[in-house]
Amino acid sequence: MRISLTVNGELREADVWGGESLLNALRDRLDLPGSKNACEQGECGSCSVLLDGVLVCSCLVLAAQVDGHEVVTVEGLAGEDELHPVQEALTQGGGVQCGFCTPGFVVAAADLLRRNPDPSDDELREALSGNLCRCTGYQKILAAVRAAGSRS
Amino acid sequence: MSTPTVTRRRTLELGRVGETVTRPDAVPKTTGQFKFASDLNSPGMLWGHTLRSTHAHARLVEVDIAPALSMPGVHAVLTHADVPGRKTYGLEFPDQPVLAIDRVRYHGEPIAVVAAEHPEQARRAAAAIRVEYEPLPVVSDAEQATEAEPLHPDRPTMGHGYRDDPRPNVVRHMVIRHGDPDATGEVSVEGVYEVGIQDQAFLGPESGLAVPDGEGGVDIHVATQWLHVDRDQIAPCLGLAPEQVRVHLAGVGGAFGGREDLSMQIHGALLALHTNRPVKLVYNREESFTGHVHRHPAKIWAEHRATRAGRLVCVRMRILLDGGAYASSSTAVCSNAASFAVGPYGVDNALLEATAVYTNNPPCGAMRGFGAVQTCFAAEAQMDKLAAELGIDPVELRLLNALKPGDSLPTGQVVTGSLPTAEVIRRAAAIPTPDAEPLPRDPLRLPGGAGNTTHGQGVRRGEGFAVGFKNICYSEGFDDFCAARVELRADGSALVHCAAAEVGQGVGSVILQVARTELATDRVELASHSTADVGSAGSASASRMTWMAAGAVRDACRAALEERERSGGAEVDVERVYRHPPTTPLDPETGQVTGERAHVALAVAAMRVVVEVDVELGLSRVVWIGTAQDVGTAVNPQAVQGQIEGGIAQGLGLALMEEIQTRDGRIVNASFTDYLIPTALDMPPVVAELIEDPEPDAPYGVKGVGEPPTVVSTAAIASALRDATGRPLVRVPVRPDDICL
Repeated sequence: MRISLTVNGELREADVWGGESLLNALRDRLDLPGSKNACEQGECGSCSVLLDGVLVCSCLVLAAQVDGHEVVTVEGLAGEDELHPVQEALTQGGGVQCGFCTPGFVVAAADLLRRNPDPSDDELREALSGNLCRCTGYQKILAAVRAAGSRS
Repeated sequence: MSTPTVTRRRTLELGRVGETVTRPDAVPKTTGQFKFASDLNSPGMLWGHTLRSTHAHARLVEVDIAPALSMPGVHAVLTHADVPGRKTYGLEFPDQPVLAIDRVRYHGEPIAVVAAEHPEQARRAAAAIRVEYEPLPVVSDAEQATEAEPLHPDRPTMGHGYRDDPRPNVVRHMVIRHGDPDATGEVSVEGVYEVGIQDQAFLGPESGLAVPDGEGGVDIHVATQWLHVDRDQIAPCLGLAPEQVRVHLAGVGGAFGGREDLSMQIHGALLALHTNRPVKLVYNREESFTGHVHRHPAKIWAEHRATRAGRLVCVRMRILLDGGAYASSSTAVCSNAASFAVGPYGVDNALLEATAVYTNNPPCGAMRGFGAVQTCFAAEAQMDKLAAELGIDPVELRLLNALKPGDSLPTGQVVTGSLPTAEVIRRAAAIPTPDAEPLPRDPLRLPGGAGNTTHGQGVRRGEGFAVGFKNICYSEGFDDFCAARVELRADGSALVHCAAAEVGQGVGSVILQVARTELATDRVELASHSTADVGSAGSASASRMTWMAAGAVRDACRAALEERERSGGAEVDVERVYRHPPTTPLDPETGQVTGERAHVALAVAAMRVVVEVDVELGLSRVVWIGTAQDVGTAVNPQAVQGQIEGGIAQGLGLALMEEIQTRDGRIVNASFTDYLIPTALDMPPVVAELIEDPEPDAPYGVKGVGEPPTVVSTAAIASALRDATGRPLVRVPVRPDDICL
């Protein structure tokens, strides 16, 4: 079926099959591979995107459901040659190792800081507990998001 | 999204050895531009899928591919009959079929591969293949394996210089006899310990793209840890010369040992060569759990004998490692388990026996810590038990026995390099622990967390301590080397080639830091990693890659500068191979060194842990971790800290939650819903002190830093849980029932 949606501010169309996830549509049909596929069960957060401004796991959303809706992916958080403060802080603060979880953390952290620019440690950990990282032990990610929050 | 606050990109730091450097791939990884293996595409590309065994042990009566061949979009369905070269492969012994031949030995073993236009077509076609199995008895108990029918009747692991054990299903049996193994002490403590199967659980599942070159060869872009040894396993199976198979590093989503063995490489190449189209394979999470080896589960019997004053007199340990269906790197894991079983302590007498066996359980091989994790858990529990028996402070007992340069390991090897065990213990023990947080407090900071299961009732606090060590680089006479190639251009800039796999650990930064240091310029680029451009770097494993890449790049840079000097300023292109000082094998009968050393260097870490346990519900929370680690020289201090924190998280997972559960050889929790890894709510704050005691044999005095934190943290957390509960806790992961009083 053909769907049309706004992705990162741009109106796009895609031909998808009924069982296809938004994640696969983004990655395979819309040339936006920034969202990652690591569990396909909504456990790891690597595929996090904003759907009509709400943080979702795109692996748990059917592509057909987003017809007429608005999606923001990691590729659309900042302009060309610009970094979102979370991206900047992760880069400078050692919050990136293998990087497979990073796009999901960026989207989830940007969403948190938009709602709550100065989260407590508990709020921060809880907000990011749906994003799994296997490399960093989270310390430098949490520190980076704290730094990004105080910066913005 | 509403307008986010954005900042202009900053210029990245261009640091030298010893400075904190921003990794070159950090920005593209945060923006989603970085290409992981699963992000690759090629015009005309097909998608591959693997049909895997649904039995842990069965004879293959018939594999009928006809129904799959006629499915829409299908271009190829291949079985073992289509493997043109050698039918088997393996890291140490070629005992694993590329595709099952006449029987399957584990649940998930590949039987056939399919290429189709769409991944869903490939998946459905694989499901349409009719396989008739004749189930065979499943060997699922490692303790019974040596009395079961041989799973590999042709005994592929015999006659390779290890002790040839006549019992069936023994991959390696090694014994280290040191001094008088019957020496007795005034006190003795005994224990039997178990470690469950841990998964590397890297976030990026196995993936790769194979592209035929039109001349019979193939280019394979894959997330891996060792490009050249992949090539050397792939080419014989394809019946090709090594140079016809070019392996290129694609973006790696974590490794931790799980990408040392092949996954999709040969399958993708077979399909690509058969269809003359590029073929991509991407495993999903469930397939990833069966698509790579795991950490060996272990059972360890230990007896520590000591004087009343607390000096170790004799350590006796028997270690059983379940290697699963194929050998992978079991022989080396077995050796490490025995070699480091005692921990970083001096003892004059020891009997250390380690056996790795074949079973029909999931194949096990390399995972961060590589044998030392399992034995550290047992040995440190023994040290705590001994301290309690003697009435000596556990930290004091460890200091009393701390291994130092000049002392002997149980293999008879004299420690010649850096090994600041006592310093590391003292520094870790001196890090102040936080006071208990008063009640009431947010339930997020109590055991049970967001479950809101207690307001503090039944919560007990405990403190633990442990020390762990292991080898750096390859051992036992392995020819361990790394190549690097440096091009100096007329404009003064440089291009560095090195096949060292950047798996997330940051070796790319290390290479650039070394090159900037040696060439005294910031204008250095790192070429993509490929077998086509430069010699082997060895594996990104064994905590060796920083040391080896630093050595190779340093030597190549110096040679390039000399060459330019000689040639009067022309462009130069120089490749050099670095080797660390040689090691020699252990005597197969006694486990004693046959030369100066079996391991080139050692690294040690100590850790202090505070936990809280809700003993009414069996729920726990790690409150705080303090650690001191021997790091040689920290090439990139921020990255070293990151390795320590990440390594601790994996050890915490093994201590508290991570275990692949099997039933008759089948994995029953192959998902992130059922196999739990630590989240941001599980990881406590970490205070890490870097102890810089340069390694004399290493370039810039570096040591690998990735493994020691994983080795020690499981043991340290278990120690704290014992302190909180008074329970012996002889098995990890610790389960709620174990700590519910």
